[in-house]
Amino acid sequence: MEHPILFLSLLFETFGLEDFAHHYPHVIYSWLVVLGFICAGWIAGKGVQIIPNRIQNFIEVVIDGIENFQVEMMGEEGRRYFPLIATIGLYVFACNLLGLVPGMLSPTANINTTLSVALVTFCATHYVGIRYHGIKYIKHFTGSILPMAPLMIPIEIIGHLSRVLSLTLRLFGNIMGEDLVLAILFLLAGKFLAPVPMMFLGIFTSFVQALIFSLLSMLYISGAIEEAH
Amino acid sequence: MKKISVTTLLTALFVLGLAAVAMAAETEIRVTGLQVFQRIVTMAGLTIAVAAFGCALAQGISIKSAVGGIARNPEASGKITVTMLIGLALIESLCIYALVVSLILLYAYPMSGPIKTLVGM
Repeated sequence: MEHPILFLSLLFETFGLEDFAHHYPHVIYSWLVVLGFICAGWIAGKGVQIIPNRIQNFIEVVIDGIENFQVEMMGEEGRRYFPLIATIGLYVFACNLLGLVPGMLSPTANINTTLSVALVTFCATHYVGIRYHGIKYIKHFTGSILPMAPLMIPIEIIGHLSRVLSLTLRLFGNIMGEDLVLAILFLLAGKFLAPVPMMFLGIFTSFVQALIFSLLSMLYISGAIEEAH
Repeated sequence: MKKISVTTLLTALFVLGLAAVAMAAETEIRVTGLQVFQRIVTMAGLTIAVAAFGCALAQGISIKSAVGGIARNPEASGKITVTMLIGLALIESLCIYALVVSLILLYAYPMSGPIKTLVGM
């Protein structure tokens, strides 16, 4: 398969950074998403009024929707982890959608991006658990009966590591599969607009995968907060 | 059309592999090397086919229960739909794992470099 034409890589090539743009295009597009969110946050933040205008109304609907969904899943103590969950959800959603635009690449189509977000969730889970329970966090790993601890601890550790693997591979497989199908359809029947129905499916898949990722992060964090069995 | 089981297919491949013994030693290595690629491609296709079959059955059962629930209680259709979509995405992720294995077999098989030099390609 030939090399795809990527706009930001061409931009970087004009500045003489061809090697970087060639090997790490997903990093460049991830910077684009981050820049977009910083600008959106800045625009949303200035001029906040009691009676909201349209942009503020739209952003309030999105943020309130995510917060209500999260508090419904996690309970009231989970409200302080809302910035983390919302950032993960919105970042993954924007990264997924970016690949559907012709001439751009999804950062999440590369396993390094998805692995990094899954590691953030993993570290957040254990940080929250240790912060809430202290040293008694070990009780989450030993199971309910103490003599069974030598059996349960390796199983629980493998279970926790498999969470990272499953989060990574689920998001990576979905988005890279989507991009691959779009590339092949474009190669085979591009002038008959064959990729367009797949792009509609791609919008739906991007949203669902971002929802699943943030939902699973919520569930893991609330599992670390609650008492051990 | 008679259903071909996986064991039958593997047995057929093994018998074809035994045919390579009849050839001369020079070409034996080359034929065995090429057969590795043949079997890799076959298994890559079978992997995703079987995974898609199982995934489709499981998702069908889940949608059947969801639609039955909505039919009994149309007021709860919002919650039921959200729960069904979450369940579908989690079942689909198992099929995606099989797809990743299949793509690794096709595009990133680790021994393909040494086998290619052995075969002389």
